[in-house]
Amino acid sequence: MNLLIENGKGNLPDYEVQGVRKVNFNPYSDNGGSVVALAGDDFCVIAADTRLSTGFTIHTRNQDKLFPLSDTTILGCSGCWCDTTTLTRLLSARMQMYKHEHQKEMSTPAAAQMLSIMLYHKRFFPYYVSNILAGLDENGKGCIYSYDPIGHCEKTTYRAGGSAGALLQPLLDNQIGYKNQEDVTPIPLTQEKAIAILKDVFTSAAERDIYTGDGITIKIITKDGIEVSSFALRKD
Amino acid sequence: MAFPSKDPCFLPLWQNGPFPGAFYHFPGTQNGTGGFQKSQSPITTGTSVIGVQFKDGVIISADILGSYGSLARYRNLERLIKVNDNIILGASGDYADFQCIKSYVERKILEEQCLDDGFSLKPKALHCWLTRVMYNRRSNFDPFWNNFVIAGLEDGQPFLATVDKLGTAYKDPVIATGYGAYMATPILRKAYEENSQMSKEEAIQLIYKVNQVLFYRDARSFPKYHLGIVTKEKGVEIQGPIDVESYWGPAIL
Repeated sequence: MNLLIENGKGNLPDYEVQGVRKVNFNPYSDNGGSVVALAGDDFCVIAADTRLSTGFTIHTRNQDKLFPLSDTTILGCSGCWCDTTTLTRLLSARMQMYKHEHQKEMSTPAAAQMLSIMLYHKRFFPYYVSNILAGLDENGKGCIYSYDPIGHCEKTTYRAGGSAGALLQPLLDNQIGYKNQEDVTPIPLTQEKAIAILKDVFTSAAERDIYTGDGITIKIITKDGIEVSSFALRKD
Repeated sequence: MAFPSKDPCFLPLWQNGPFPGAFYHFPGTQNGTGGFQKSQSPITTGTSVIGVQFKDGVIISADILGSYGSLARYRNLERLIKVNDNIILGASGDYADFQCIKSYVERKILEEQCLDDGFSLKPKALHCWLTRVMYNRRSNFDPFWNNFVIAGLEDGQPFLATVDKLGTAYKDPVIATGYGAYMATPILRKAYEENSQMSKEEAIQLIYKVNQVLFYRDARSFPKYHLGIVTKEKGVEIQGPIDVESYWGPAIL
């Protein structure tokens, strides 16, 4: 009898069917990942790590998160992976439609505006993706656009985004933007320096952010095309 | 809804949002407004599906148990299906949802065979299609509560990929769903990294060992499993049920 009372509902625990438990459904998941993009006068580099994870589970160590939209535009995505695949699929379809309609590739600023509109179109059920769009503008100058999940867009020359975004941005502010430094004359960013800084910041991010690691893919966009390379990070 | 226009020319400002001047209800929060309930939880479930690529093919496996919560209710279920001569589909999660998807896939295959153009569905195409199906359902807050594993040969090359209930999709030489993600992946990854060109026999051995580990530690598993193997020589083979040897001597204390 005591057991019945203790058990609250008046059932013996052994007879309770544990069968069907109601589970809450969350349409989003945080799959991590970081993206960093740096723009120079005649080039643009963008890099993303290759780890796809949810919480403590690493799904794959080799997932490309950079999506080429045209010969001069690359989109880097991190956040909810299912939204990323959907968004980038839609984007590349619209890039192709533009190409067929206008007999030319969409420019980077146009693609940037389109992305902003597409994100805001889903304002009340957003794509949970942190986007960084890197490319060359019509004059061949490097440009970077960064977004929040609902389409706010900002044009910059350097940006870190994704799970280690908050960790890396101040570092870039200091090293690329020469912020909080005294008596220094800013020198224009060179490709070599950009790549070196990229590797350094990702190595640092992998030390502290568990959602960033395994490796990075680096894409350098110049007027001559896109050059791809990769770099290993710690895998733990 | 404040002023929803009935005019067919009326275009909403945005999808899913509030009408101007109206309060906004986040999707999925209104319960009991419609005639049916969305996003239930899984009922009869299957546990892990594991898979690994080897030298000239892919191997996946799933045990034959259908669990009803903690009750081992159905003890002879097939969770791997042969889709066509170069694709196997494996499912963990809700069995009814799997049967539903299975019927869709079978219809798809039939329609394709009717074209009689000599082309057949490739694993990448099925994977992509499943991604869209799963993503659409999650976007309507009525997900298929499954984790699918697609194994096959894409232009002669091994292909192994997965889709979950959100539409999260990726491919990898080693894949394990459910508890297998915690217990099987480390073993499979280690074996694959040491020898990515393992033979079919080695792969069968490896999968057996991993199933044994899962049977010992996953309380929703079963000591019988099916094997699905895709190779260029033999096409799709579904073998089983294969017995898992286990020793529980110390458990009777």
